[in-house]
Amino acid sequence: MTTQRTSGRRKQAMAAAAVVAALLTTAACGGGNSGDSKNGAAGFDAANNKVAQASAAKKGGTLKFGAAQDADSWDTTRGYYGFMWDFARYYSRQLVTDKTEPGKAGAQLTPDLATGLAKVSDGGKTYTYTLRDGVSWEDGKPITSKDVKYGIERVWAQDVLSGGPTYLKDVLDPDGKYQGPYKDTSADHLGLKAIDTPDDKTVVFHLPKANSDFEEMLSLVSASPVRQDMDTKSKYGLHPFSSGPYKFQSYNPGKDLTLVRNTNWKQASDPIRKAYPDQISIKFFSNANDLDQRLIAGDYDLDLNQTGMSPQGRTTALKEHKGNLDNPVSGYIRYAVFPQTVKPFDNIHCRNAVIYGADHVSLQTARGGPVAGGDIGTNMLPPSVAGGEGQKYDPFGLAGANKNGNVAKAKEELKACGQPNGFSTTIAVRNNKPVEVATAESLQASLKKIGVNAQIDQFDGSQTTGIIGSPANVQKKGYGIIIMGWGPDFPSVQGFGLPLWDSKYILPSGNNNYAMIKDTAIDGLFDQYVNSLDDSKKTEIATQINHKVMEGGYYLPFVFERFINWRSDRLSNVYTSDAYSGMYDFVNLGLKSTK
Amino acid sequence: MLAYLIRRLFAAAVMLLVIILVVFSIFFLVPKWAGVDVATSFVGKQADPAAVQAVREKLGLSDPIYSQVWEFFKGIFAGRTYAAGGDVTRCAAPCFGYSFRSEQAVWPVLTDRFPVTLGLALGAAVLWLVFGVAAGVLSALKRGSLWDRGAMVVALGGVSLPIYFTGLLSLAIFSYGLKWIDAQYVPIGQSFTGWIGGMILPWITLAFLYAAMYARITRATMLEILGEDYIRTARAKGLREQTVIGKHAMRSTMTPILTMLGMDLGALIGGAILTETTFSLPGLGQKVLDAIKNQDLPFILGVTLITSLAVLIANLVVDILYAVIDPRVRLT
Repeated sequence: MTTQRTSGRRKQAMAAAAVVAALLTTAACGGGNSGDSKNGAAGFDAANNKVAQASAAKKGGTLKFGAAQDADSWDTTRGYYGFMWDFARYYSRQLVTDKTEPGKAGAQLTPDLATGLAKVSDGGKTYTYTLRDGVSWEDGKPITSKDVKYGIERVWAQDVLSGGPTYLKDVLDPDGKYQGPYKDTSADHLGLKAIDTPDDKTVVFHLPKANSDFEEMLSLVSASPVRQDMDTKSKYGLHPFSSGPYKFQSYNPGKDLTLVRNTNWKQASDPIRKAYPDQISIKFFSNANDLDQRLIAGDYDLDLNQTGMSPQGRTTALKEHKGNLDNPVSGYIRYAVFPQTVKPFDNIHCRNAVIYGADHVSLQTARGGPVAGGDIGTNMLPPSVAGGEGQKYDPFGLAGANKNGNVAKAKEELKACGQPNGFSTTIAVRNNKPVEVATAESLQASLKKIGVNAQIDQFDGSQTTGIIGSPANVQKKGYGIIIMGWGPDFPSVQGFGLPLWDSKYILPSGNNNYAMIKDTAIDGLFDQYVNSLDDSKKTEIATQINHKVMEGGYYLPFVFERFINWRSDRLSNVYTSDAYSGMYDFVNLGLKSTK
Repeated sequence: MLAYLIRRLFAAAVMLLVIILVVFSIFFLVPKWAGVDVATSFVGKQADPAAVQAVREKLGLSDPIYSQVWEFFKGIFAGRTYAAGGDVTRCAAPCFGYSFRSEQAVWPVLTDRFPVTLGLALGAAVLWLVFGVAAGVLSALKRGSLWDRGAMVVALGGVSLPIYFTGLLSLAIFSYGLKWIDAQYVPIGQSFTGWIGGMILPWITLAFLYAAMYARITRATMLEILGEDYIRTARAKGLREQTVIGKHAMRSTMTPILTMLGMDLGALIGGAILTETTFSLPGLGQKVLDAIKNQDLPFILGVTLITSLAVLIANLVVDILYAVIDPRVRLT
């Protein structure tokens, strides 16, 4: 007996030692599969801009999300995280929404609650919609035009429901006359003049000024209907009232969330959602690596956050489970921006010197390399946005001749700037983003070669709005270079660049036009863009705006971001969508087996 | 004894007051001095001025610091009402603040997460006391032996290796590799065996660090005590070695161990941040880390207060236990 136990222990110890040895040597091993899977995975990049295993979806089962971060809010008015917008389609519907198709097609609009896309009249200032028959809330009551109006009115209540996008408020009520439904003294709290509801089925929007992206704004989840008697105001995000195929069963912030079928939702009323699983669950993890290991082990189906696997999980997955991975372009651009209020960045030649002096390959490596970081960024419009040209437009040769930095050209620019021996400046970077800190260090190292001495200031990342969002503070602190990233709210130049480049968006607090761009040509192009109803003209203007921004030398783009995302063997009908910046489109994910 | 207790409780209350004042100053005054508007950290990336102003109103951020502290105190006993923009939020007593990020009152969240942290701390404490103290005593009794040297090398390893390393390694081996333990937290009410399964690796990881420290302290103290006159006398009287060690030496050895235990348990109850984060345990430590990342000040303040309270109570209990262990100690 004793001998057997000792022998057992030895075996266990040997097994443990073997596992440790295997874990420690994994990094040194080469190989791995090339994309084919022995386990039923669809293959590497099989769901990147195309549908993987579409026909295998079965009704039933529990779709399991894991996540390292909870949503900012599950209230459709307040949420701003990309994954929240993606997930919210399970329990909310909009007049129009993005098509449930892969890649660029997924960014096109299609009717949802409405019977068709808008009937646009009055030179683009009136949008009319009619609601479908059979659309209902989770208690079976019909969704009416007044619910749509009330849901949109909530965007005005920024003092109670802060956090979400405010495009609708800015476009429908630019002068801020309406005070929001909670301060609305009319009997029905539906006093917003810009929206008419002549009957329960019709919604009419009256824009004071045309905006060609208005329908895109209506596709955001902040345009979802909310029923007045179910509005719990600031607490609504803890249990939103469902208009979609699933409803909240339980939610413990930071711990877990479970959706179950909304039995009052009717498939016939919804041309978008297939509602394959019976239940959808989210478990929140505090250890991103633990989450990745659980994904690899098959305990969960996909990462809710969709921001890419952690370095450890990614290494293992790329070597051993490549067939479960996709490598989409995220729609985000990672960059450095030069505030013109901080000398010597008021001079375009000093800005250009930094752009030419930087080692772009090194910056790409700091972001994670070509696979996990992205392609070298050459301009400021994401390839997924209409008018974006990707690496084809590379005015500084960042991905070409100058990809390792062009010291001679940078020194020429320094001379032209009146700083032939270089200068000193400060790079501001969020302290809670290790990859951004790595890019700041990479930039610092390459700038030394041209005589630019850059100190790095790691500021409190959770205070971004107050620290770099305040131009006065930026000037006071002497932040000549700010490291940031930005993605489109909706795939247009307005949805991406308006807050970054239009001078009207320079704010004393919460500013995103860090470069302090006051270019009448750019402002004028944005005005033309919002007035144009012709898609090809809009695309042309978007390209022109991007060119103007690059010609101004306000930005040093690092990468057109890519990430590595995991999909389990169980998943079916999986595809990435440009509507959600390269994330998987959650709403029609299915399971191959319901067990 | 009663007078002692009253005096200690009064001192604890004063200490808590000082802690609240210091924490308030750090969280609300320092950013102000640094030119950062705290209210902006509560709103999204398109910071609407109305939203920022409403946060200021709701949290009373424009009020003088003494007024904010007073409102906070009042809330603990009488609850608080936060109102702005037509939205009224009631935080029932004991109100230790309200998070406008997660729209939750601080106290219910902390009490919901407290059992996880308490279970972690107590389970690990049992392990580290049993193994740490036993290893320390045996090492002292077999000083210079292979056991002693081996145990102290392991102890040195335990003290030197950070929890995020041993935690990740234990997960990699036993959970992801050998798949012996699932290591996912399950509430005790849902499944007792599931709970044990989810807690065993965190317990061992945490206990490995602390057992190592306790073994080294126990060994050093025991060695010192074994050289004392009263131990020699006990042996000279012909008492059995078990009695000398178990009854006389151990009792004195336990005094510093108990002091350490009080402080360690107190600190752990405030949240074993690294262990809870590594194993994704939904306890106070995980919450406070999340709150720090999101600058969710009400939660940071709440957990800080709970930690301080736990340390104060643990120390009070330890002081009382001194009198039980050591007859020379009188609480007056």
